[in-house]
Amino acid sequence: MKFDTPAGTNPIDQLKVVGRPTDRIDGRFKTTGTAPYAYENPAPNAAYGYVVGAAIAKGRIASIDPGAAKGAPGVLAILTADTAGKLTKGDFNTANLLGGPEIEHYHQAVALVVAESFEQARAAAALVRIDYARGKGAFDLHAAKESAQPSKDQKDIKVGDFAAAFAAAPVTIDATYHTPDQAHAMMEPHASIAAWEGDQLTLWTANQMINWGRGDVARTLGIPKDKVRLISPYIGGGFGGKLFVRADAILAALGAKAAGRPVKVALQRPLMFNNTTHRPATLQRIRIGATREGKITAIGHESWSGDLPGGGIENAVQQTRLLYAGPNRLITARLATLDLPEGNAMRAPGEAPGLMALEIAIDEMAEKLGMDPIQFRILNDTQVDPEKPERPFSQRQLIECLQRGAERFGWSRRSATPAAVRDGVWLIGMGVAAGFRNNLVTKSGARVRLSPAGRIIVETDMTDIGTGSYTIIAQTAAEMMGVPLDRVDVKLGDSSFPVSAGSGGQWGANSATSGVYAACVKLREAVAQKLGFNSADAVFTGGKVRSGNRSAPLARAAAGGEIVVEDSIEFGDLAKRYQQSTFAGHFVEVAVHGYTGETRIRRMLAVCAAGRILNPKSARSQVIGAMTMAAGAALMEELAIDKRFGFFVNHDLAGYEVPVHADIPHQEVIFLDEVDPISSPMKAKGVGELGICGVAAAVANAAYNATGVRVRDYPVTLDKMLDRLPTAGPQGSP
Amino acid sequence: MRPFSYERVATPAEAASAAARTQGAKFIAGGTNLLDLMKLEIEAPTHLIDVNGIGLDRIEPTPEGGLRIGALVRNTDLAADKRVRKDYALLSRALLAGASGQLRNKATTAGNLLQRTRCPYFYDTNQPCNKRKPGSGCAAIGGYSRQLGVIGTSEACIATYPGDMAVALRALDATVETVKPDGSTRAIPIADFHRLPGDTPHIDTVLEPGELITAATLPAPVGGTHVYHKVRDRASYAFALVSVGAIVQRDGSGRVALGGIAPKPWRVEAAEAALPRGAKAVAEGLLAGAKPTGDNAFKLTLVERTLGAVLAQTRG
Repeated sequence: MKFDTPAGTNPIDQLKVVGRPTDRIDGRFKTTGTAPYAYENPAPNAAYGYVVGAAIAKGRIASIDPGAAKGAPGVLAILTADTAGKLTKGDFNTANLLGGPEIEHYHQAVALVVAESFEQARAAAALVRIDYARGKGAFDLHAAKESAQPSKDQKDIKVGDFAAAFAAAPVTIDATYHTPDQAHAMMEPHASIAAWEGDQLTLWTANQMINWGRGDVARTLGIPKDKVRLISPYIGGGFGGKLFVRADAILAALGAKAAGRPVKVALQRPLMFNNTTHRPATLQRIRIGATREGKITAIGHESWSGDLPGGGIENAVQQTRLLYAGPNRLITARLATLDLPEGNAMRAPGEAPGLMALEIAIDEMAEKLGMDPIQFRILNDTQVDPEKPERPFSQRQLIECLQRGAERFGWSRRSATPAAVRDGVWLIGMGVAAGFRNNLVTKSGARVRLSPAGRIIVETDMTDIGTGSYTIIAQTAAEMMGVPLDRVDVKLGDSSFPVSAGSGGQWGANSATSGVYAACVKLREAVAQKLGFNSADAVFTGGKVRSGNRSAPLARAAAGGEIVVEDSIEFGDLAKRYQQSTFAGHFVEVAVHGYTGETRIRRMLAVCAAGRILNPKSARSQVIGAMTMAAGAALMEELAIDKRFGFFVNHDLAGYEVPVHADIPHQEVIFLDEVDPISSPMKAKGVGELGICGVAAAVANAAYNATGVRVRDYPVTLDKMLDRLPTAGPQGSP
Repeated sequence: MRPFSYERVATPAEAASAAARTQGAKFIAGGTNLLDLMKLEIEAPTHLIDVNGIGLDRIEPTPEGGLRIGALVRNTDLAADKRVRKDYALLSRALLAGASGQLRNKATTAGNLLQRTRCPYFYDTNQPCNKRKPGSGCAAIGGYSRQLGVIGTSEACIATYPGDMAVALRALDATVETVKPDGSTRAIPIADFHRLPGDTPHIDTVLEPGELITAATLPAPVGGTHVYHKVRDRASYAFALVSVGAIVQRDGSGRVALGGIAPKPWRVEAAEAALPRGAKAVAEGLLAGAKPTGDNAFKLTLVERTLGAVLAQTRG
């Protein structure tokens, strides 16, 4: 189905199933331990692999000697680049998944030991002797900044005359912000089981994008794509870390070939931080010039990030192209070569770190103007693409998000003067930020079956990474076919199913359900035809099909055999004609300990405008999860770099702190009533990334409001505030 | 993890003699730290002696009016003990500031005293570490050292003792009771139990090979207001950047021990005389001779300010 004109009324608009808060249909399996994750699939006779990671960040393996590992108890095979045969780097990988003799980053896989048991593989892995010749690398973004180059991923944007307008502006700010490298730190590590039957490879693997993964497995191993099957029905978190094929999958496949039996490989937790991808650090310079009345006349956002040779930028400037009005604009992004582990997508790549900086800058500017930061944002709202004023937003309710949030949160009680509110030894502050994330749409397919028993079976290679895909797809099919939810079976995450949008870039919910919609339209036609109804006026409801005063059970259409149809949604140029984005107002209250600078969040509110909300329950769950992740970004998450040896030092979950329950006391989410017929026939958009965008800045702004200490270097930890905190306690001690 | 042999013993004496019999043996109780270290081959005992069956799981009054805490009393039980909560609240609060409920259910009093540093370079076997591999060097010095020690450290090691319980025990003047393989027993003041690294950072405590902790003994209660303030980046389940354990009397006198800044629970009795004069004066005495790194110099300020918060709370 082509989608190239705005959606009219369609069966989804009935909202009998879609749009209702619905429990996740996979929830029961997950809470009872009966949803098998990749590593848990039954694989009779499977052997276990253990990955050896490189001990240096850059250089060469001078010698590698399996030595004692070879004869260690239970060992079946030892794989290295010398013995693995020819491997080709995947299209979506920057560094090779099996390193050697060249080493491209710390903990790059250099060997896999396969043994009868996990413990034997682990013990033997410690016996592999490797000598390295350490090379010189670049590990410091600040130091590499001057050498950074333009990137094909973001051309320089120059609108009007930024320099002149900024110089002429009566009120300006010019500040530089830093966001650190961050880890996805999902609960389930990268994990795979590989099994060969002849030349046919089956991989149970944790992967968000089945079709990309299938292609890259085939490319890396040098086998035809149709010889690879990926199965990934349940995924224990991904956040972008599982968009791509990683070492576990390739090494499991190679290990299984070498051992002649299925092999399981899960990346050990200490490897998760340097072996895989991460969100790259950024340096961002933001300059804003405005009239005394608060109208932005010049806005400049320049960003620097680093990656391995051949890698890409962290596009921290993209939201600044669209978020605020202003006639004179300068937007640039530069890429430095760094020899740290591979940078890549993590939840809301670009916008998440970009808004961490931009939305502090907006707060700073509002203060300089003596304006309320919400009023400043409203004054500079735009309903059109500021670079192409002829191109409107399909929907843009940012102002409504901010106003509704302000009312709900009690924003009027915020003191405009920082460090003015105390609760005992705690300094209390409120912060706000705009949330913004583009709505991407991607071709997505599905197969739908009507069984003789009247059940609807949906098959698509779409994935559910904990987001609720199973449920919204079932809701879509139930709505379209006029059956209750429990008459629908959804099968996901298998490369033998039609190719979907996959889970990434918050495009999954809208695109994948639109693909199911398309297939259901086809099924409705097939059913109507079978029943001898005119498909245009057939009504599907209550398990029946009605046309005029005729009515028949849906199941009757399949009496002579199952009906199977397949279709895809393909998006035309609406995304070019209209800017499609999602918006939020994020509000945070924090308490900062007056003596120690410990910052604790007291409450959070997100007001989101993101098209039709397909399942308010799972959407809320997405948003509060994202808010939690942003709380981590604001207050604790940082991959600490050893700039001498070029690696992330805190490479386990004790060292890389993410929020715990005690950090997140109260969260509220409001979805504005919105439908966006330009987005898709579902009139929906995504929320999984919107929920993280802007929140960290709202936390930082709240900490500023509490203390009067502005921190521009994330995370906002106490050591960055300690010397500047207002005196604690009524006596002015300590 | 390297293969190891395993036995269970029934009495403390058996445990000590089993340790004497086997070179490279280690005791295991809760295993909350040892097993992790064995998986990474940071610890590689050839033999494990499981002491969970030897009793020593009671908290009993002493003739001196104190409490004798058996080596195998679990952290959860110790923190919840009515006598501990009433007379040694500092200990209860320190325990509850540590780890998670699940870990405290397993972790024992003796094991907690013996937990090893959380220096990230100690945990990464690719990196030189004098504590893990004597003579290999220290990657933490000149590296990422935000969490690490500011005082009592050496040119060989800047790791910290990570625990909370021992900070309280230090302020409470506890004694560690042990039995040696020859059957002799001794009582080690907590102040002397953990070692400074010097040029032998691989030796954390004064325990001799095969020597088994049997109890930690608390002297009679000293009264006062007990406060344990643990400062960290997240609200729970993290090691201290700085922790302050304090007992303050009505007259302003008291005791202070610090965690998160040194290779052992840090207490300078002489500095405590300054308590009535406030946090700054005490902190100066506690931190005299500190040698922080660029990454962790903030801990000096943080100690003073946390102490300020604690003193304000005791006045409160």
